[in-house]
Amino acid sequence: MSTPAPGADRLARFAVSPARRRRDRIARGAILAATLIALVPLALIVYYLLKNGLSSWSWDFFTTDPSGNTFFKNVSIGGIKSAILGTLEIVALAAAISVPVGVGVAVWLVEFGKNSWFANTVRFFVDVLTGVPSIVFGLFIYIVLIIGTGSTYAGYKGSLALALLMLPVVIRSAEVILLLIPNALRESALALGAPRWKVIWRIVLPTALPGMLTGVLLAVARAAGETAPLLFTAGETLKTNTDLRQFTNALPVQIYYDVTSPTTAVVDRAWGAALTLVTMILLLNVIARVISRRSRIA
Amino acid sequence: MDAAPPPGGGRSILERPPLARLPDRALRYGLTALAALILALIVYFFFRLVGEAEPAFSKFGVFGFTFTNNWNVNAEEFGALALLIGTLITSAIALLIGVPIAVAAAIYAAELCPLRIRPALTMLIELLAAVPSVVYGLWGIFYLAPRLQPAEQWVADTFSFVPFIGGGTVTIPNYFVTGLVLAIMILPIVSAISREVMTTVPHDHREAALGLGATRWEMIRIAILPYCRSGIVGGAMLGLGRALGETIAVTILIGNSPTLSGHLFQQGYSLAAVIANEFGEAQGLHRSALFAAALVLFVLTLFVNGVARAIVLRSARGQSPQPAAGGSGQLMAETVAGA
Repeated sequence: MSTPAPGADRLARFAVSPARRRRDRIARGAILAATLIALVPLALIVYYLLKNGLSSWSWDFFTTDPSGNTFFKNVSIGGIKSAILGTLEIVALAAAISVPVGVGVAVWLVEFGKNSWFANTVRFFVDVLTGVPSIVFGLFIYIVLIIGTGSTYAGYKGSLALALLMLPVVIRSAEVILLLIPNALRESALALGAPRWKVIWRIVLPTALPGMLTGVLLAVARAAGETAPLLFTAGETLKTNTDLRQFTNALPVQIYYDVTSPTTAVVDRAWGAALTLVTMILLLNVIARVISRRSRIA
Repeated sequence: MDAAPPPGGGRSILERPPLARLPDRALRYGLTALAALILALIVYFFFRLVGEAEPAFSKFGVFGFTFTNNWNVNAEEFGALALLIGTLITSAIALLIGVPIAVAAAIYAAELCPLRIRPALTMLIELLAAVPSVVYGLWGIFYLAPRLQPAEQWVADTFSFVPFIGGGTVTIPNYFVTGLVLAIMILPIVSAISREVMTTVPHDHREAALGLGATRWEMIRIAILPYCRSGIVGGAMLGLGRALGETIAVTILIGNSPTLSGHLFQQGYSLAAVIANEFGEAQGLHRSALFAAALVLFVLTLFVNGVARAIVLRSARGQSPQPAAGGSGQLMAETVAGA
């Protein structure tokens, strides 16, 4: 190193000039800085959720309904029991509706529709659904099931709005997984004499199950955090109920109304409820990731 | 699929009896009907929405409703220009702030970062998508907006000669904070699509650039970015679609005042927010006007998403590899030679 190798002076002509090296270093520094900036909001949100949310967590917080009182200092404002249970009920029904329909459409697209013009039209409309603002889904259901029937809000109407929201995610993720299943699997079953329905039911769907489960869980996680479609479908209530034909409370809706309250204690409840909601959604995401890592068809 | 009946008139021994073929047909037609039902449902929803919006449109006219700046619930006067502008301003801010950061994060994750931390980095950025919009609103209004206000006031005072930014009193809920939070919300999707497109760049292009003596940044600039340009634009448009339709975070942060303040740091309204905020008590013409606002929003997002999907699709399959390779290879050589 100390004595330059013969011909080094000629090689030096090809070295990167200091100006270019400086520009390279600046650009890479800027890219790294922007990446770190992208991570700052996540850290801040998690920090403030934990800081403000954990202090309102208590046994009573999870086991009492909101009392509706925001005025009297000596009366409890209550917890978020009805909101947690309502979210679970509404989202479970939404998944029960959108998963069979979504998987059915995905199976049709992959096994029957393939690249026909009709299948491509369906794909296009499913993509259109992906881009519809979530509040518009709520209005769709409002027009059909509330104006249309002359009735009022109900939990199952919220479920239907969320099901519409989940549908495109379920269809597209299931379609991707179904396309990954090797054709040889289908062909060997058909060659052994199995009818198409049996091939789909016994070979295709079980093979695709883990992968599809990931998509479904991610769709559920997205739906669980939605406020806008529920505002004018599921209604606003404080009570716990197990009958989805009644007004049903939900965590995001409860947080939304609590945020707009001028009372500090109610805002604290919003932080606690937000921490609960984020924890539930993160849990679903983690489970989805673990399942997708286990699945081996990719 | 069905074999022609053998000359004898009976069926082949390999063919299934008609009854056994029934479930297959039922499944096929049942699933086709399901797919058709979804199509019909979307079209039906759209026409019902048009029907509900009709009273407002016929009273004020489609253009009159969309481009008049007058939203007065008490006087039953509805012109949605202030809401439309609010939606556009906040979404534009979200794109201006969010897209460069998202693309930079994608470049870092796809090209520069050590392989060991790549999965963790990707996961952390995707976690931003897991935070519900109401939680962004909660965090934004109680943490971000109050802390940002002094800085915003300073900017407004210092640049008081600039229209739209300078002068006036900065309010805590305003366009800028809303746009900033929207930027955080669209970050994961723009970043994920950009990263995905970058993984489609052939390794030969990178190696060719590096082999010609390009630095890492020059390699990114001449081999990666031109190849991915349309994919990144498409991702940004999808992010724009998200930002336009975002409801709850915007309702909490924008201040819900139906006036065209024409000032970056003052309150406004957006199409989605007006629905979330006023629909509960709306009656008659007011309700119809809100449906009309939903229709304007729906058409706007449909347009943006349609364009975005077309761009992403074209960049995914239409990047006809031959000309692209030749083109960017040439460009690459020229740029390196020129540097």
